[in-house]
Amino acid sequence: MEIDVEHVAKLANLPLDEKRLEILGKQLTETLLYIDRLNEIPTEKVEPTSQVTGLTNITRDDTVSAPLSQEAAVGNAPETHNGYIVVDAILEE
Amino acid sequence: MRNDTLTAMYQPVIGLEVHVELSTASKMFCRCSSDYFGQEPNTHTCPVCLGLPGALPVPIAKAIEGCILIGLALNCEIALFSQFDRKHYFYPDLPKGYQISQYQHPFAQRGSIVLSDDKKIRIRRVHMEEDTGKLLHQDLGSRAVSLIDFNRSGVPLVEIVTEPDFENEHQVKEYLQKLQQIIRSLNVATANPDKGEMRFEPNISLRRAGETNLPYYKVEVKNINSFSIVERAINYELKRQSSLLGRGEAPVQETRGWDEKRHITIGQRSKEEAMDYRYFPEPDIPPFRWQPGEIDEFRRALPELPDAKKARFMQGYHITEYDAERLTRERRLADFFEEAAKVGQEHGLDPKTIANVVMNKKIDNDTTVPAELIKNIVASRSIDAIDETELQSIIQEVIASNPKAVEDYKKGKTNAVMFLVGASMRKLKGRATAEHVKGLIAAYLDAL
Amino acid sequence: MELYELTVAEASKGLQEKRFSSSELTSACLERIRAVEPELHAFVTLTEEQALEQARKADFLLGSGEVRDLLGIPISIKDNFCTNGVRTTASSNVLKNFVPPYDATAVRLITEAGAVSLGKTNMDAFAHGSSTETSDFGASRNPWNIERLPGGSSGGAAVSVAADEAIAAVGSETAGSIRQPAGWCGVVGLKPTYGRVSRHGLIAMASSLDSPGPITKSVEDAALMLEVLAGHDPLDATSSPLPTKPYRELLKEKRENVTIGISDDYFEGVDPEIVTAVQTALLEFERLGHRVKRIKLFDPHYAVAVYTIIQRSEVSSNLARYDGIRYGCGRDAFGEEAQRRIMLGTYSLSAGYYDAYYAKAQKVRTLIVEDFARAFEEVDVVIGPTSPSTALPAGSSKNHPLFGEVSDALLEPSSIAGLPGISVCCSFSKELLPISMQVIGPHFMEDLILNVAHQYEQVTDWRSRKPDL
Repeated sequence: MEIDVEHVAKLANLPLDEKRLEILGKQLTETLLYIDRLNEIPTEKVEPTSQVTGLTNITRDDTVSAPLSQEAAVGNAPETHNGYIVVDAILEE
Repeated sequence: MRNDTLTAMYQPVIGLEVHVELSTASKMFCRCSSDYFGQEPNTHTCPVCLGLPGALPVPIAKAIEGCILIGLALNCEIALFSQFDRKHYFYPDLPKGYQISQYQHPFAQRGSIVLSDDKKIRIRRVHMEEDTGKLLHQDLGSRAVSLIDFNRSGVPLVEIVTEPDFENEHQVKEYLQKLQQIIRSLNVATANPDKGEMRFEPNISLRRAGETNLPYYKVEVKNINSFSIVERAINYELKRQSSLLGRGEAPVQETRGWDEKRHITIGQRSKEEAMDYRYFPEPDIPPFRWQPGEIDEFRRALPELPDAKKARFMQGYHITEYDAERLTRERRLADFFEEAAKVGQEHGLDPKTIANVVMNKKIDNDTTVPAELIKNIVASRSIDAIDETELQSIIQEVIASNPKAVEDYKKGKTNAVMFLVGASMRKLKGRATAEHVKGLIAAYLDAL
Repeated sequence: MELYELTVAEASKGLQEKRFSSSELTSACLERIRAVEPELHAFVTLTEEQALEQARKADFLLGSGEVRDLLGIPISIKDNFCTNGVRTTASSNVLKNFVPPYDATAVRLITEAGAVSLGKTNMDAFAHGSSTETSDFGASRNPWNIERLPGGSSGGAAVSVAADEAIAAVGSETAGSIRQPAGWCGVVGLKPTYGRVSRHGLIAMASSLDSPGPITKSVEDAALMLEVLAGHDPLDATSSPLPTKPYRELLKEKRENVTIGISDDYFEGVDPEIVTAVQTALLEFERLGHRVKRIKLFDPHYAVAVYTIIQRSEVSSNLARYDGIRYGCGRDAFGEEAQRRIMLGTYSLSAGYYDAYYAKAQKVRTLIVEDFARAFEEVDVVIGPTSPSTALPAGSSKNHPLFGEVSDALLEPSSIAGLPGISVCCSFSKELLPISMQVIGPHFMEDLILNVAHQYEQVTDWRSRKPDL
């Protein structure tokens, strides 16, 4: 089973060096082999579980509650500026 | 290759994605106020829309109803089973690292809308999702940064996706105007493009004339924020693609941004491969199952849609299509007119007269109540008023006395109508409007 | 008996009868903590000042005759429950400086019930494990033998109760994280039905499985804690609107003629000592007038595969929000276990693999749910060992990619099906380590499993044994 670990790491936005990627790749393969036994179970006519206790149609009404204060909202951010949260510029745009 | 040859060789294939912000008081999955426009940054947020650890989404019924109403208004099938899905990608304005949206089981699918000249646009799906935060680009000293404001994060959005049925930019514009009108008539959103309440992204490609398969590529154009820009942008992009093809080059699948200053589209640094969003059903929100009876209830909750209203006005009030279209463009105007017509009936005023007055008065700025308007009309008419029967007989007289004008008109000289209008107006001495008279005369002549 | 050795019921009575104050009780616990923490490391954050302040307030209320379920009782809280103004880390470096601006519902409920919060307990980082060894802030140790692991991921919570540092604890379970450490530490661990207790404010691990629940010294205490914690929460769309029950009251009347189901698969590969201990316990049940019936349940090994996929997929998604922008550190701060789980989860949700893995697992899940439903038509409860072994030595979890899932094999099926389960001590091994058994019941029948476990506790005395610290 050839897993493109680099691609998976990119999708997962995990910064991993080559050594780590190699180890993880092996562990991933090991785990997947264990999981493969699921294929022994026929499930053609089975519905997937969407909610284990069978709840459906849960909604709430359209009323407004007090928000967090600006201070509380950005209080844990490493960097803020005039109430905004700051990150290095994204190059795309 | 010459442009007209290219146009003959290739035909446009255009699809459209529209996002509409619903007018709910609170956000899609939390009770923060959704009124984010112009507010201080990060003052309308909570653990849920900030994506704090441990926060859970609870969907708002009103938004879901709004989405289903839009689906019904677009003749969609409402799914008996639907659910929210997580759509994963990383971006600073997306606090959870995924957007709660719908993928496999949207609330509505497979609808359609008919434009003028009977062009049918198929609606692929209508689904719910949450909006992202907003990024502002700035320089802090020498450093280029993005400032993030999460006030908009979590505002409910309905996404409406069409099949690539559009053949030109004019159809797209008409569709957008019609869609806006329908949505406004449902009272679920104000849909102002300039406020970001209605956003659109066309997908544009070309295929050889006569081909039925979809092209191998499509170009998504972003950053279009008004109806007029849509036409310009699509027009430009079609030309750009056809010249590429003309030179023997193949357009690539990409996202481009519209530059309003230079009136061109610019390629953005996007991934060549399709994004892998790793969709899976949102485990924090139980699925939705509707009974057929519940869907009927939704249908009953639909107000009269613009097309139906227009047809009813024409038939019921005997007014022209032109007048009916103008009166039903805005729900408020239409309601005002109907109220006025009802009151006017009690005073022996016919709907056509009332229609004229209502259309010519700017009642948005006016705070006149329909009953008052009628009172004013009656008052002003009691001296000069002419009733419809007398008006008809005068006009018939004028037409009968001018057989040459009638003949000219029949030969195609539409100006002949004006001659007849003039003659009628002289007889009426200002007791009716020229427009009204013209309408009547034209109707008569066409019926001859 | 020292004050810190009391149960919630005993302490409540003592406080009401004014035999001692909450300040005295809290100070006793804090002193105990100071004495044993260097060896055990159950806590990540101690909130001494806050605790004493709360104790003072509780004493005032007690003085004016106020009665509340947990008034003045010192409780520990697992560090994956958000506590307003108090650092919450999920034992991960990613959140080492995170101070939540809000309380989890479970925290609010115990606070409103008058509890004194001693602090936040250690866990496997982000709840990824069954050892508490994967904590980024150091492992916790088992009070019965400090060379042994306490289990996890609610290891710190179980230790705090077993070592009498706290009178009771709030923990959470995804698949085993309450019952397994409770089992290895010889205390009571109750995992309620999924949706019985609100997850609002619980740092998500696997959204369709996470269940907050109590770890206590007695079954009666577990019933009391459940009364405080259970109930519908409008802030959690998956929380059950079904009414809760007076769990303590329902303990008073013994359920008679209970049919106990046992499945051979649940005894396979289990330590012989543990098998014997559970069989002995079953004899006890028969003496109490109940009957044991052999049944066939879905092979638990499949449940491990189902659980691994669903959990890791949901984990990879729930950890996507940790980007270091609004809070916490960046994604390079994730520990090895988190990296492993994120990678597998991302893979199994990715294009081309979703159907084979996640979708498939959710279908087999349906089969497991149906299997239990069928079993509960034949029997009232299912009993089996909590774990295949007693507490393992420190270091056992290192570089074992499926350590957690394999250790919890007997607990995963009931977790996958969302069923309630309780673990109680039923013996001690030759090495003087606790041996525990679990009682599993149908959805929302916590009262039944509490009753059955309580009956066993009444006719045995494992509770009175205390670790030698």
